[in-house]
Amino acid sequence: MDQGQLIPDLYRKEYGKMVTVLCSRFGIAYMDIAEDIVSDTFLSAAETWGLKGVPSNPVSWLYAVARNNALNSLKHDRVFQRQVKKDLTIDGEKSFEMEIDLSPKNITDSQLQMMFAICHPSIPVEAQVSLALRVLCGFSIDEIAQALLTTKSNINKRLFRAKEKLRLEEVKIAVPDSREISVRLDTVLICLYLLFNEGYYSTSPDKVLRRDFCLEAMRLTYLLIGNAPTGMPRVHALMALMCFQASRFDARVNDDGELVLYEDQDIRRWDEELIQRGNDFFIRAIRDGEVSKYHLEAAIAWWHSHPAEEREKWENILRLYNQRLILEYSPVAALNRAYAFYRVYGRERAIAEAEALQLAGNLFYHSLLGELYTGVDNEQARQHLTQALKLAGSAAERTVLGKKIEGLK
Amino acid sequence: MKEFALIFRVNGDAAASAADISPAEMQERMTSWSNWMGGIAARDRLSYSGHRLGIRESKAVAPGDVVTDGPYTEVKEFINGFMIVKAQSVDEAVEMAKSCPILFGGGKVEVRPLVASDDNN
Repeated sequence: MDQGQLIPDLYRKEYGKMVTVLCSRFGIAYMDIAEDIVSDTFLSAAETWGLKGVPSNPVSWLYAVARNNALNSLKHDRVFQRQVKKDLTIDGEKSFEMEIDLSPKNITDSQLQMMFAICHPSIPVEAQVSLALRVLCGFSIDEIAQALLTTKSNINKRLFRAKEKLRLEEVKIAVPDSREISVRLDTVLICLYLLFNEGYYSTSPDKVLRRDFCLEAMRLTYLLIGNAPTGMPRVHALMALMCFQASRFDARVNDDGELVLYEDQDIRRWDEELIQRGNDFFIRAIRDGEVSKYHLEAAIAWWHSHPAEEREKWENILRLYNQRLILEYSPVAALNRAYAFYRVYGRERAIAEAEALQLAGNLFYHSLLGELYTGVDNEQARQHLTQALKLAGSAAERTVLGKKIEGLK
Repeated sequence: MKEFALIFRVNGDAAASAADISPAEMQERMTSWSNWMGGIAARDRLSYSGHRLGIRESKAVAPGDVVTDGPYTEVKEFINGFMIVKAQSVDEAVEMAKSCPILFGGGKVEVRPLVASDDNN
């Protein structure tokens, strides 16, 4: 293992877990202190390991030092100690014993609890995603800003406001009880779904980073599945959806870093193992008969991941998008439905369906109409593609659109 | 944005011959309904997808505890189902109704605004 990579790798893997355990222990108000304690721990590692060499068990070392730093913080920070004692109303009789349980089970439990605290309806969903990326997944502010195509300053502001709100609302770091869990779970799933999409659809150039976002979203979803009260059918459906999408990750971007559209992808680059896992999760998802939007999207992703006869595939996908929209409206689903309509009924009828959506100003709306009008009315096609080009947010998107406009000549 | 109920009515005789529909035609009808409702939903004009209303276990209740079989009242036309859409005006709702598959089987669509409980207009 490259020594220079060791600490950054450990940071990525362990930062989130350590902050989460400490934060679960102290409470949501102490998130900043928990982050400081863990940051200091990694600083110690950087200093000490350079001088004395890497310990035989680096992870244990980190956890032991973090525990000591936390205990020291408590001992020396009178205010912190008083506050924590005040907030910890359990064990009122016993003398105050500072125990920080860093066992694998507690780490997992803390992460589950933290997911519900972070994916909380009182903060906007972009803030939930950013907070999850920072605290649960251990990405740096830089990495988050880069992937979300925004500035460090924006991310910092977002995180600051979110933590403030969670403190104000005195959000509990706990898995909600059976009365609330279904509704709260929906909020968590939306956050994880968006987190996955950030990685999958992001047009930021760092491919490794984007893939890590997808893997983290899948890892967190898998935690939910492993816990009985949160392992509901729709969570299995979301997992299946992620597996199916992620299976094409390698095929989506070619060796030159360009986006490769679905139709042009090299199927040999699809990850068969992920598709198989997706199948397994999908079977488990449909066992109870529940049909959530994730079930429908997973079914659509299934059709995209398995070879099938054109007509049958697109008729099914259209039917599934109809169901998906009848369940709950979404502009993305509406646009995808129009595309499926085109594959079943041809350009002319699909143009009518697409235009009825009235999503002018939406990049994908103009992209779609540009595609549909190609060969039918190239002037209209050019106008839409030009509009899309203006709205495009990244170089990769502009390249694809530019090529389509060229192709019209 | 207002809400309108679309109430689907079919002819009693037409419904009686429903058992004669081939599986292929049944599939086609289902696809038409799916596409029609999906289209309305895609435009974010669907409020409530509603329900089909059954025929077999239907009764009609009149004053004096008079209970009769079937969904019929006086006319040999009965309500097959309903849904609720969003539209700026009744005309917009009517436009949606014009492409309802029930019309191809000789049925009708009644378009009614959802009004407050004390609205008697």
